[in-house]
Amino acid sequence: MYTGYDKLIFEVSREGRKAYSLPKCDVEEVELDKLIPSEFLNDKDLDLPEVSEVDVVRHYTQLSTKNYGVDSGFYPLGSCTMKYNPKINEDMASLPGFSKIHPYQPTETVQGALELMYELEQSLAEIAGMERMTLQPAAGAHGELVGLMVIKAYHEKRGDTKRTKIIVPDSAHGTNPASAAVAGFDIVEVKSNKSGAVDLEDLKSVLNDEIAGLMLTNPSTLGLFETNMKQIADLVHEAGGLLYYDGANMNAIMGIVRPGDMGFDVLHYNIHKTFSTPHGGGGPGSGPVGVRKDLVEFLPTPLVEKEEDKYVLNYDMPNSIGKIKSFYGHFGMMVRAYTYILSNGPGLKEASQKAVLNANYLMNKLKEKYYLPIDQVCKHEFVLGGLNKEILGISTLDVAKRMLDYRYHPPTVYFPLIVSEAMMIEPTETESVETLDKFVEVMNKIADEAKENPELLKNAPHDTPVRRIDEAKAARNLVLKWEKNN
Amino acid sequence: MHRYIPNTDADAKKMLEAIGANSIDDVFKDIPKELILDRELNVDGPYSEMEIINRMCKLSNKNKNTNDLTCFLGAGAYDHYIPSIVKHLAGRSEFYTAYTPYQPEISQGTLQAIFEYQTMMSNLTGMDVTNASMYDGATACAEAAMMAADKKKRKSIVVSETVNPETRKVLKAYMKLHNIEIVEVPMEGGVTDLEKLKSAVSKETAGVIVQYPNFFGIVEDMSEIEKVTHENKALFINYVDPIALGILKSPGELGADIVVGEGQSLGSELNYGGPYLGFFATTSKLVRKIPGRVVGQSEDVDGKRAFVLTLQAREQHIRRYKATSNICSNQGLVALMASIYLTTLGKKGIREIAMQNVQKAHYAFKELTKSGKFKPMFDKPFFNEFALTSDIESSKVNEELLNHNILGGYELGKEYSQLENGLLVCVTEKRTKEEIDKLAKVMEVI
Amino acid sequence: MKIVEGLLYSNDHDWVKVEGDKAYIGITDFAQNSLGEIVYIELPEVDDELDKGDVFGVVESVKAASDSYTPVSGTVVEVNEDLEDSPENANEDPYGSWILAVELSDKSELDELMNHDEYKEFCEKEE
Repeated sequence: MYTGYDKLIFEVSREGRKAYSLPKCDVEEVELDKLIPSEFLNDKDLDLPEVSEVDVVRHYTQLSTKNYGVDSGFYPLGSCTMKYNPKINEDMASLPGFSKIHPYQPTETVQGALELMYELEQSLAEIAGMERMTLQPAAGAHGELVGLMVIKAYHEKRGDTKRTKIIVPDSAHGTNPASAAVAGFDIVEVKSNKSGAVDLEDLKSVLNDEIAGLMLTNPSTLGLFETNMKQIADLVHEAGGLLYYDGANMNAIMGIVRPGDMGFDVLHYNIHKTFSTPHGGGGPGSGPVGVRKDLVEFLPTPLVEKEEDKYVLNYDMPNSIGKIKSFYGHFGMMVRAYTYILSNGPGLKEASQKAVLNANYLMNKLKEKYYLPIDQVCKHEFVLGGLNKEILGISTLDVAKRMLDYRYHPPTVYFPLIVSEAMMIEPTETESVETLDKFVEVMNKIADEAKENPELLKNAPHDTPVRRIDEAKAARNLVLKWEKNN
Repeated sequence: MHRYIPNTDADAKKMLEAIGANSIDDVFKDIPKELILDRELNVDGPYSEMEIINRMCKLSNKNKNTNDLTCFLGAGAYDHYIPSIVKHLAGRSEFYTAYTPYQPEISQGTLQAIFEYQTMMSNLTGMDVTNASMYDGATACAEAAMMAADKKKRKSIVVSETVNPETRKVLKAYMKLHNIEIVEVPMEGGVTDLEKLKSAVSKETAGVIVQYPNFFGIVEDMSEIEKVTHENKALFINYVDPIALGILKSPGELGADIVVGEGQSLGSELNYGGPYLGFFATTSKLVRKIPGRVVGQSEDVDGKRAFVLTLQAREQHIRRYKATSNICSNQGLVALMASIYLTTLGKKGIREIAMQNVQKAHYAFKELTKSGKFKPMFDKPFFNEFALTSDIESSKVNEELLNHNILGGYELGKEYSQLENGLLVCVTEKRTKEEIDKLAKVMEVI
Repeated sequence: MKIVEGLLYSNDHDWVKVEGDKAYIGITDFAQNSLGEIVYIELPEVDDELDKGDVFGVVESVKAASDSYTPVSGTVVEVNEDLEDSPENANEDPYGSWILAVELSDKSELDELMNHDEYKEFCEKEE
């Protein structure tokens, strides 16, 4: 329960308190400066808190009451797939055989871990329609970077060094162009047409022998399936480019259609979206990358291989792009994702079906009082353009902030950039029809409030641990750590 | 019906009716028929919870963990003690089932915890600012190099061979993308060869990367390296072990411009290599170039103290291809665990842990080198790791140790051809005198 | 929206005030209004040589960051350091808050800029 607690841990600190216990050092102790020369030693006290164990427990418990997670309630944050995070996943990840193993242990002592990675890779490749996967990338954006490095390596190996550009639709996630830039590519933007799909004419006009590839999210960030998928794939391939699939929206299509079958050559998943691993308040994520057969040689090292009934780490990949992260990736996240796949099996298809049904149901109910720019069947999410136009002066931000008072996490707002006042709503399959109905009721109530009492929205939220925050002040007068006098 | 999906077929039927659809296929009618998968997915499952537990425990039991084996292996991932409360508090689902704190009014828990993390890490490293975290130490190091190249508009990075080989590999893969040259400075006697470093650093150098304590556990003298770096107006980048900072001079005091490192030691399990925690700290002067998320303090409309993601205009979701980095996810939960860890250990505890590491490592060093069968590879001050050599192949030593349920040291010959038969032994506060004595005894008779 | 007579204007919503061989450059009221609350302005360094169209700095608001391109070529002779501490001045008084001054290297470039009437018309079209 939120009690109004507003202390920083440094303000709780009192000299002499402690929250830890260590055994007495049982080896003979030598004076420190006999072991390490004093010029290397810190002669000052560390500036860290001094608190008791109860202080620590109360402090973080209080902080947790100022947070909102999937376990707290409905979290329809578009493109983020905030589905329920099964508890069994957490239990499995903390089994000592998974959590207490060192990355440099001899492989014969970690056969279970390697088997898990191998099996997870097989399942992910099957769902994607790809040949192999690397589990190394730490998150979606990291996966994008790896996928683009693979594309670069492919063209370079063929001596096709002119291909320095990546096409990105104007509706794409911000990470797409940012990753392409970090991967050393120039970005060419391609427009969306009125129905939010890639404009084929515009695509044709930018395709040439300098194009390394196209990055695409399908369903798009508007939640719509690219019906011209086949033509897009053919056009890009004919021009000598490769097709990259941003798997952020994979929750719409598991077991229904596979990126590999759509013509994609490379893809990344967001394990923390589609495969139910928790978001952790910003991470850790996990972003495995899959490729078609002739691109496997470029994947980062090592891959897990099965040799008869033994699993090994294969570093012998001369054309690999190298290593893009320490060790083998976020193994703890892999355990969770594998547990989730085991609990669903081929029933992953039902998850996607119900996710899409939930989205269409919600879309149909909400379009009465909210503006729906593209009224057609959607996939796992849809985008509204704020309140219906007759209600003036109330922004999407105001609506979102008012939702906080009703104990909902608002949708993704102001994205995609191509819809003004955008509200991107993704209910996921783990919400019941009653939850959706209740949400519609509240959204309609907010729309009525916007007409009758606009100030209520403009000043919202009213009933949260803190209210609207001065972001300009935070950015102008940077206070990025606690100091005794601030 | 799956237990994670509440809507029954009867619910679905009603919902389909409400939207004017006949069957579930209707909501997929926009997908061209020829693309539809016409078979079931070939994945294992579905299983009940009990079946899953059985299967996963079987897999888990195929691994030997650090409860089964006494761990003297480090080299970038460490078997440190984790207070019980870390897991309990970070396991509160309001923390771990939340997304990135884009709605600050209902994310003050995450935001304040990160603000406190930033404060503690800044204090520990002696730097002005720390970001909200990066994927791991290696990628944080690569981001530091990219930031230096961007800030200095120079295309060369100098890195010592005494920096973790895994980190240098990641650095290489990243730098290749931007045609930034990497100049590796060889080591001499376990430390960076100063003369070679001096000739490697020039006005073309954007940054100089050194590790502290270095990969061999040695506390290198940074003063000359710092001088050469700054004389050439390059950025001085330190890759550090946060636990060692419990007793060592902070990188801030040594003149570092950017401090990065692996924060797994701060309350995270070994997890077979991840998720870990990359930390990234720098000076106020460079704050606008910092990659990733940063939490700042502000106030709400009622004047109440409040925390919020700040400096967002640099990030990918706004600046797209001009962003300072493509990083989006960070290691939020692992940073929270580090926060809880640092709070729990606090001012005295971190120092005490660091002390025990030094004392136990030196005791082990003394015991292992007593008979002369294993010799020290280097003669330099070290923290909790040290390199030994002998006439016996290091893989053979490790095999024999494993037979005694001991996880032996890192085989240096894998990455350093000149250090054949070298074994990097790590001794943390978790090792007891009894375990160390047993290690010495087993090694003596190999 | 305010447009000042006697200044020259660029397509990127920068204003230029010519004093002899020197030109002061800032962002217009239109620009600050569309950016919103400005939180940081990255300034060039004195002695930087800029060609027309080069990026001379970045103007950051809470929700956007926009590169600024110099409308004229020249060597940077002054930068307005007050903006480092008080970036909000560019919101409150855009025409009083010059960002940098250059020693013009090609005065003929000034002919390509708009006067206040032309700029007014330009802004109306943009809206």
